[in-house]
Amino acid sequence: MAAVETSRPKALLIYNPKARGIAYQVLLCALIVFLAWSAIHNAAENLARAKIATGFGFWDNTAGFDISQTLIEYSTTSSYGRAFWVGLLNTLLIAGLGVVFATILGFIIGIARLSKNWLVARMAGFYVETIRNIPLLLQLLFWYNAVLKALPSVRESFTIPGGTLLNNRGLFLPQPVFGPAARFALIALVFGILAAIVYQVWARRRQMATGQQAPILWVSLGLVVALPLAVLALSGFPVTFIYPESGRFNIRGGIEVLPEFMALLFGLVIYTAAFIAEVVRAGILAVVRGQTEAAYSLGLRPGPALRLVVIPQAMRVIVPPLTSQYLNLTKNSTLAVAIGYPDLVQIFAGTVLNQTGQAVEVIVITMAVYLTISLVTSGLMNLYNRRMALVER
Amino acid sequence: MKSVVIRLALAAVVGIVASAASAQTLNTIKTRGSINCGSNGTLAGFGLPDSQGRWTGLDVDFCKALAAAIFNDPSKAKFVPLTAKDRFTALQSGEVDLLARNTTWTSSRDTSLGMNFTAINYFDGQGFMVRKALKVNSALELGDAAVCVQQGTTTELNLADYFRANKMKLKTVTFATSTEAVKAYDAGRCDAYTTDASGLAGERLRLANVNDHVILPEVISKEPLGPAVRHGDDQWFDIVKWTHYAMVNAEEFGITQANVDDQKKSDNPDIKRLLGTEGKHGEALGLPDDWAYRIIKHVGNYGESFERNVGQGSPLKIARGLNGLWNKGGLQFAPPVR
Repeated sequence: MAAVETSRPKALLIYNPKARGIAYQVLLCALIVFLAWSAIHNAAENLARAKIATGFGFWDNTAGFDISQTLIEYSTTSSYGRAFWVGLLNTLLIAGLGVVFATILGFIIGIARLSKNWLVARMAGFYVETIRNIPLLLQLLFWYNAVLKALPSVRESFTIPGGTLLNNRGLFLPQPVFGPAARFALIALVFGILAAIVYQVWARRRQMATGQQAPILWVSLGLVVALPLAVLALSGFPVTFIYPESGRFNIRGGIEVLPEFMALLFGLVIYTAAFIAEVVRAGILAVVRGQTEAAYSLGLRPGPALRLVVIPQAMRVIVPPLTSQYLNLTKNSTLAVAIGYPDLVQIFAGTVLNQTGQAVEVIVITMAVYLTISLVTSGLMNLYNRRMALVER
Repeated sequence: MKSVVIRLALAAVVGIVASAASAQTLNTIKTRGSINCGSNGTLAGFGLPDSQGRWTGLDVDFCKALAAAIFNDPSKAKFVPLTAKDRFTALQSGEVDLLARNTTWTSSRDTSLGMNFTAINYFDGQGFMVRKALKVNSALELGDAAVCVQQGTTTELNLADYFRANKMKLKTVTFATSTEAVKAYDAGRCDAYTTDASGLAGERLRLANVNDHVILPEVISKEPLGPAVRHGDDQWFDIVKWTHYAMVNAEEFGITQANVDDQKKSDNPDIKRLLGTEGKHGEALGLPDDWAYRIIKHVGNYGESFERNVGQGSPLKIARGLNGLWNKGGLQFAPPVR
């Protein structure tokens, strides 16, 4: 290289591909920065000229509106900032529960579609083809109206044994109130979870070393569920329940699950599960048939063959598209606005935007939040994917 | 490719915000050949397209009056249906030239949303509708009730205020559109539905069994409804404001759609000035001098529009009440044209 350059010392910089490349990149960056700056500048100037309030000063102003579902303390005298957190938590709640249930249902349907049982396979296929071809918004409206229409009015609530009430205002569960002695049970629970983890690590090591299998599931369940329950019983059940009861208009007391929440969760889980089922099916089919046959020839029954041989390999194919489905579910939860569930978009990009009129700020914050949720989700899934990826020896 | 996308995105942002600042609304409208009018679209009596797509309503008539004044043709008013939540953004961004969508005039909207309210074309107040079967006679008995409400309205705030002031517990269920809110109320999700009294009269007619529902006597707020325009264009602000005043003045002088041609021969100097047969009162607005004549000829006076859309000539049958003329016990008072 050096020899070429010295032999032609007068070559212009413009003929140097490397220099040219850098120059183009700098130019492009400058252009982008300029465009971004002029857009922001222009927006700010025009907002000022139109005397539209700008800045984030509204964050601490009194919101003045009511929200039907609040996971944290909120009243009409709380600030817009507080309303933002209420909305964000509601979004995270629906997305978190949605992801868990959609994964479980999706795996069941996906595996069912590969079943040798003709009826089971066809029913799973019918489910997938029907559900994923109907727009989600319609499904949400269907579930919401189905929930409202099918359920009885407050005065004629269904009473489910155990003190739970169900009507078109929601599901009302008895609210447990723990007495002071219940902390022993809490300690037992924490201890049980730790012990179960330790036991699992020990059992896996022993299996690697000796090939002996340990009943992991039963021992773990015993430690996590039975132990705290036993402690609770020994300390004389220091738990009382506040049972929901009919008031003048509504049910008072108890834990309230809104029909909007139920409809949204139903809709999102059922819709996303259809896609996850296909992802799972694709993943399983991607594992060559020889793997299953090898597992059978080692004497594994179909269940363990699927669980121990096929699915771990299928996960490598499943996880990346599964991540997309999780992101879709989270973003689709914004359709809550159609059925009155108070998620981030309904509260913040809806009411707060309208009351403050600061569309630019509110939308920027909302987009940043969804971007963050999505990046965190895909980051976690990538981490998991790296663990599941084929480790070549 | 990436830079093209970015450039397009930026152009969109810049375009949206830049158009908000244009001061020449009247010229833009004349060049375009039509007025973009932010309307309700789902509220009987104020803004609602019928089965043939013909828009009717008090706010719709107002836009038609503007189109008549500018183009001598009320069909030049184009209606853009907006939800309560999106209406201010649509006005700020220049998507519509004015917002005539039963919008309550409040100080914060007037000062910090980049818009100006022009005049009050309907004096309203917030009320409640409940099922007769609940045997509720007063809004003060609604403690602990579930109330359906539309998002992005003063209604949403008044509701919370009223329950707080009266120390009652409230369960709000908020919907993006009034249609959804009413449907949920009808399905029994809520005990009460709340909106402006005029809106209640209209929405009640859409319920499955009209006679099962009753509007409670309490009016819990002041809701002065009126058309609004963007900040920064005083000429357009004046035109919109005086369109309303022309209709009110016409009613006061007894000028109607039917007799406006005869009234043109009147000797009354007030009428002559209003109808443009004396003086140059349209010119100062940037309109022809017979601007008010056009409005009355095509749309009628305020009283005619009121009766046709929300009054005795409509299914709503709302009495004039506060919306009567000032000299007949109401609040509609227009400054003189002179």
